[in-house]
Amino acid sequence: MNRGGLRTRKKTLKEMPFHLMLLPAVVITILFKYIPIGGISIAFMDYNPVESFYRQEWVGWDNFTYIFGLPGFGGVLWNTIFIATMKIAGNLIVPVAFALLLNELGGRVFKRSVQTVMYLPHFLSWVALAGVLIDILSPSSGIVNNVLSSMGIKPVFFLGDPASFPYTLVVTDVWKEFGWGTIIYLAAITNIDQTQYEAAIIDGAGRWKQTLHVTVPALAPVMILLTVLGIGNVLQAGFDQVFNLYSPQVYSTGDILDTLVYRIGIVDVQFGPATAVGLFKSAVSFVLIVSGYRLADKLAGYRVF
Amino acid sequence: MKSSLSRKVFVVFNVAILAATSFLCLVPVINLIAVSFSSRSVVEANLVGLWPKEFTLASYRYVFDNPQFYKSLSMTVERVALGWAVNIGLTILVAYPLSKEKNVFRFRGVYVWFFLVTMVFSGGLIPTYLVVNELGLINSVWSLILPEAVQMFYVLLMLNFFRGIPKEIEEAALTDGAGWLRSLASVYLPLSLPSLATVTLFILVGHWNAWFDGLIYMNLPDRYPLMTYLQTIVTNLDLSQLGSASLANNPSLLELTGRSLRSAMIFACTVPILFVYPFLQRFFVKGMLLGSVKG
Repeated sequence: MNRGGLRTRKKTLKEMPFHLMLLPAVVITILFKYIPIGGISIAFMDYNPVESFYRQEWVGWDNFTYIFGLPGFGGVLWNTIFIATMKIAGNLIVPVAFALLLNELGGRVFKRSVQTVMYLPHFLSWVALAGVLIDILSPSSGIVNNVLSSMGIKPVFFLGDPASFPYTLVVTDVWKEFGWGTIIYLAAITNIDQTQYEAAIIDGAGRWKQTLHVTVPALAPVMILLTVLGIGNVLQAGFDQVFNLYSPQVYSTGDILDTLVYRIGIVDVQFGPATAVGLFKSAVSFVLIVSGYRLADKLAGYRVF
Repeated sequence: MKSSLSRKVFVVFNVAILAATSFLCLVPVINLIAVSFSSRSVVEANLVGLWPKEFTLASYRYVFDNPQFYKSLSMTVERVALGWAVNIGLTILVAYPLSKEKNVFRFRGVYVWFFLVTMVFSGGLIPTYLVVNELGLINSVWSLILPEAVQMFYVLLMLNFFRGIPKEIEEAALTDGAGWLRSLASVYLPLSLPSLATVTLFILVGHWNAWFDGLIYMNLPDRYPLMTYLQTIVTNLDLSQLGSASLANNPSLLELTGRSLRSAMIFACTVPILFVYPFLQRFFVKGMLLGSVKG
């Protein structure tokens, strides 16, 4: 009994450095993550920024009835899901296609250069890219419309026409991220057991058949995993991109939950309703993420830690 | 492998598709650079494609004559330097204990849950803003660093890398009397340079590119980091706002158009990234793989 207690104490002492290493991160996480989670209670208050946090008036679900009753709320929710889902699909399929194409390249220098160029947009911020896109997509002076009109196509107002705006968002997002996305699939391809290809060749499979019956099935688990983990992003339509590209004339198809929170909360200083939208989004995302991870664990045996 | 005719056709098409795609990734940037170096008349007549016409430095002269550019640049340099130190330090200090097995560190599970919760649930914009405000960090560089100081994505990358290092190396150090901290500093870190380089790249690019925190946590435009300053310009550039006073001081402004000025501004703000990332490519690809392969 006594010796057991001594051993536990010794172990506790030996683990002490671990606790000390984690301490700064724990303090910062409590301050900037856990306290804000407690601050979600603002969603149930008629928050007045002038008063102290503890002297606010509780209003129950009023903020939620208010935001769900806003005329545009259903549209904003739909825009968010629509844009996010199309991005998830595009960012799944396009990188796989390009990983397969890159894998067929022989020359190392050419392959390297292509990859370097493809990663480029990933490293640029949406602020800079928005500036570039506003310029090249302009209906009067942008090079994209110049090319289109030289082919006899009428200019398209990519960023100002509500009908084309969501698709512009999706295409430019895939354009920004697909090169980066190929990294993970190229890695999965290099991990494929070479004997599978040898067996396929003996069976008389050409390059195309090898790709179809060896490479693609080998990539399937990674694709399933990323899709399932992507479920949690269904309400994550990309604030940085939308905020820098949208304008009031495309609110009908381009306004998303995050930009709505920004306008209600920061611009109109309605902290209660803005936090309520945030809470709604967090709660739905939470359920989706947890079910996504459960599914990933079941389907692919994947665990984050 | 035998080269059939169809294979040859495919190879040609493949090279063509990939070359065209690369071109599509580069073309906006090249066009941007060309516009930024071209004069007002050709830009307005829509004549600039991939090469500057009527070469002029007027736009850059305006960008670099503006004192706000240097204020914002120094703010960005400050946040990148401090932010890197804080981020990489915390990443290492969190990843190392959590990379230990449960029999070595009994409370590992508790901490994992503690950090995991923040990955799936967050207070959102307003409550975080109120905390930053309550701590008196508005207009301080720390408001751009502390709220996102613990990044679980980097922690996961480091943690997986640490786990790939053979335990025997550490055991040898421990039996020689080294403590955990010693072992981390003299065994793990020297072996983790590729991962550290990868995480460093992500941190530098992340801090350089961040703009939204500057927009909401800085009340004074003087304190805007470069990307926030760029954001205010990109989304509403109006030459009439430049004012007649600056026009009188700087007659070359007459050569400017909003387009070439905006392009010059964007290029000036992103050029460090364009230069840095290709050189770090071998590190980040390797680091990403090592971090992700062992799930």
